[in-house]
Amino acid sequence: MSEPKVKIATCSLAGCFGCHMSLLDLDERLFELAERVELDRSPLTDIKELGNCDLGLIEGGVCNAENVHVLMEFRAHCKVLVAIGACALNGGVPAMRNQYDLKECLEESYLRGIGLVNPQIPNDPEIPLLLNQVHPLHEVVKIDYFLPGCPPSADAIWTFVNQLLSGQPLALPYTQIHYD
Amino acid sequence: MAESDLPAQTVCEIVQRHGGTPTRLLQILRDVQDHLTWLSPETLDRVAEELHISPAKVRGVAEFYSFLYTAPRGSYDLLFSDNITDRMLGNRELLHYLCERLGVEVGKTRVDGVVTVGTTSCTGMCDQGPAALVNGYALTRLDKPRLNRIAELVNGQIPLAQWPCEFFEVISNIRRADILLGRHFADGSALRAVLKRGPEAILEEMVKSGLRGQGGAGFKSAAKWISCRNAPGEVKYVVCNADEGEPGTFKDRVLMQDFADLVFEGMTLCGRVIGARQGFVYLRGEYRYLLPSLQAHLQRRREVGLLGKAILGDPTFGFDIDIHLGAGAYVCGEESALIESLEGKHGVPRIRPPFPTTHGYLNQPTVVNNVETFAAAAKIAVEGGAWFASRGTAESKGTKLLSLSGDCERPGIYEYPFGVTVRRVLEDCGALDAQGIQMAGPAGHMISARQFDRRICFEDLATGGSFMVFSHRRDILDGVRNFAHFFVHESCGFCTPCRVGTSLLRDLVTKMHTGHGTRYDLEEMRKLGRIMQVACHCGLGQTAPNPVLDSLEQFPEAWERRLRSTAFEPAFDLDAALEQARQLTGRSDPDAYLREEELILGAMP
Amino acid sequence: MSADRSFTLDGRRVPFQDGQTIMAAALAAGVYIPHLCFNPEFAPHGSCRVCLVKVNGRVQAACTTPAAVGQAVQNETGELREIRRGILQMLFVEGNHVCPACEKSGACQLQAVAYYVGMLAPHYTHFYPRRPVDASHPEAVIDFNRCILCELCVRASRDVDGKNIFAVQGRGIQAHLVVNTPSGKLGATDFSVTDKAAQVCPTGAILTKHRGYEIPIGQRLYDRKPISVVGDVATLAESKGGRRHE
Repeated sequence: MSEPKVKIATCSLAGCFGCHMSLLDLDERLFELAERVELDRSPLTDIKELGNCDLGLIEGGVCNAENVHVLMEFRAHCKVLVAIGACALNGGVPAMRNQYDLKECLEESYLRGIGLVNPQIPNDPEIPLLLNQVHPLHEVVKIDYFLPGCPPSADAIWTFVNQLLSGQPLALPYTQIHYD
Repeated sequence: MAESDLPAQTVCEIVQRHGGTPTRLLQILRDVQDHLTWLSPETLDRVAEELHISPAKVRGVAEFYSFLYTAPRGSYDLLFSDNITDRMLGNRELLHYLCERLGVEVGKTRVDGVVTVGTTSCTGMCDQGPAALVNGYALTRLDKPRLNRIAELVNGQIPLAQWPCEFFEVISNIRRADILLGRHFADGSALRAVLKRGPEAILEEMVKSGLRGQGGAGFKSAAKWISCRNAPGEVKYVVCNADEGEPGTFKDRVLMQDFADLVFEGMTLCGRVIGARQGFVYLRGEYRYLLPSLQAHLQRRREVGLLGKAILGDPTFGFDIDIHLGAGAYVCGEESALIESLEGKHGVPRIRPPFPTTHGYLNQPTVVNNVETFAAAAKIAVEGGAWFASRGTAESKGTKLLSLSGDCERPGIYEYPFGVTVRRVLEDCGALDAQGIQMAGPAGHMISARQFDRRICFEDLATGGSFMVFSHRRDILDGVRNFAHFFVHESCGFCTPCRVGTSLLRDLVTKMHTGHGTRYDLEEMRKLGRIMQVACHCGLGQTAPNPVLDSLEQFPEAWERRLRSTAFEPAFDLDAALEQARQLTGRSDPDAYLREEELILGAMP
Repeated sequence: MSADRSFTLDGRRVPFQDGQTIMAAALAAGVYIPHLCFNPEFAPHGSCRVCLVKVNGRVQAACTTPAAVGQAVQNETGELREIRRGILQMLFVEGNHVCPACEKSGACQLQAVAYYVGMLAPHYTHFYPRRPVDASHPEAVIDFNRCILCELCVRASRDVDGKNIFAVQGRGIQAHLVVNTPSGKLGATDFSVTDKAAQVCPTGAILTKHRGYEIPIGQRLYDRKPISVVGDVATLAESKGGRRHE
């Protein structure tokens, strides 16, 4: 009888899905991965409800109330939580808005932007409220592992996931650690 | 003359009065600010021009010192001393009370430009607080009636000279005297001794005495003097470290107020021994009220032949003393930072080695000693090393002045032979309910009642003199948080672990103190503290985590009490971080808030 | 020079000359000790604290500690690596280091040292300070977000270029780099991209304009090999010494 599959969930918060693209760059290695893991909630499965998982992989930082909710859910449901990519680790490019007040950001986008008709700051309850700053994941929940890169290469993800799943100590080769 | 030329004229005159010497930059900036209330960019450029140095250097110095202002400031500049001992005496309430009376916000200047009210690090009046400074002059024993009167004086724009003198009264509170404070000293007797017996004989007495640096570091004073005496160089200097910035200590203030001649005599003696003709007293800015009396003492000594070109009539014995005022920088208590400051620079500790005894002021051999050390040296020259060494312990000879403050009935100065137990001190000062002591200031050690039988000496509890008592009704963490803020404010910013680490540590302490921390945060504080202890460039950064690390060990319950039951808490208040967006959008629907029950999910209960 | 003027560095014998620091002797022997504010061409500064080593059991900065006969110096230990990593993490959260948006990425010493000490994430809480970018100069740009206060540009401009263009002002966490003109703008100075000060920044704080992303990813200085192999220790060993500006 084969071993039970490892349950993995993934999501992108304030990110660009680039880390997920890198995950897809595993190419034929995805088949090998599929033998060992089962995807729960993830942009790749379209499962909406998060079940109990062994591993959660999160790209992107925390920029709004919805990000907070999703991150809390992941922390509550995943035994091991991993921050993947520059945005998850230090806020990344989205955090460059931290140079400005939220007011300045919203006014620049919605009140003073070029070509705006009927300018107003959106206030529909459907739209998640923005936090006054973008934060990395570890400032909001306990993160167990970090995988840097913008995005981390498919090779880095492969090394990382393999080491993690096989219980080896995590040790990425030099060329697989980069912050850009 | 056009009004706009007034500042230029003032700057020019002041620079001239200081001989146009760049090493006097800090003194020049102090004087200029006294006239103009703040240092505008134009003023600073003017100073640079007059001194022929770069404007960036002048601005760098102006921005470094707390008491120099590069933004407009009120004609009356009131700064409340914000040491934990002032807090114990209710200074925060008084601060807000005065602000309300004056219609001014803390840290801001009133729109009419008349007054600014803020806070500052310990002003060294812990035995007679709550204390403050007005335009740099010490105010003591503040209470509401006194503040009412001060508010009237400020609003009436009454010159400081006409304020009631009792507001400025600083008492000495000497509660216990031993050989240093208790025995009469005849002016000039140490200088006669060195003339009669020669420098070598005096050095021998110094060696015999076993005297160690009374600022707290405990380096053998004789070794320092000998090293400087033997160092190659024609010009040597004597520097008295009166930058008594360690919160909770004020014994040097008392020595300078009541025993200035003894201190000056010790400096002059040192000058003769090492072959220096110039001495400096680096007096902390908070003690500027002492300046006129100290200048008078120096003048009198010159008149009676104890200072100047031919001391005691000996034309080969020339020595004079100049007093430099600091301007609010604790780090300048570190001897190499102090020397930088004396040279008119911002006070960043130097790379050591080389040490000041070979490369000190203007890179010349320099002895830097604490006030109390010079006082003891003068006595040793007269009474002999054996006399001094008859008191104290094997490794700590003589006596130590302690500055007692906090929760005790009789705060003040206590002189004890080295080796006295903490318990004995507590009994003497009437601290009947002590749960802990902050020994040697925030940079020293926090001890709990379990350690009250420890002895005050270099072998056990070394101290520069600060001794702050916390009774059982105090929250130890109030002190820890106060000290964490102190170190953030006083870090010079030169090295990474101090510059950044002090801020990180303050934020963690605040998180814990306000009940938002977990065991994870306690461990974070420990790890960060350990890095700072070994990695920082100077003693300030290396000791900055002490209050946190000590209290974790000595008062674990004070931390435990505040722990959340969760495994992890965010670094910031998540819901509060939505407030700006709520206001900008005008939303108040349920999704516009993050509720505790939602957040607890990720906090790993 | 007698043969026994040496100390041990991780057990290896390293000879030194009088007046040399541990860092200088190690570099001359081709041994890398991580560093940022130290540059072999300049007098030591001692502010970044990345080059901490253990000398006879005591943690000290290699760049400022004089070498002495018989010293037992530890460099590559787990404990030191952890301390160095902590210091790197402090530098990363103190400023705004957005590597994906920085032209210096891949050839950045701050980044390379962080890789070397195994820093995967900045760990601490970010300060996100608000700092300006100065693009007023026609040929160079200063992004103050990336400044780590190593003062190499200050030293280079003052001691080599003789222009004294940069300075550090403010105290504690307020300490910051300034341009020494009334406007504070680089464009108002006689700064030139051929200045030494334009070439010593260990991060992307001072950059030459119009040259961004010239070298493809994968071929940049630190892309393939660690700084211990391709950094200044390697180039210095090649040129056997190098100049030094006092």
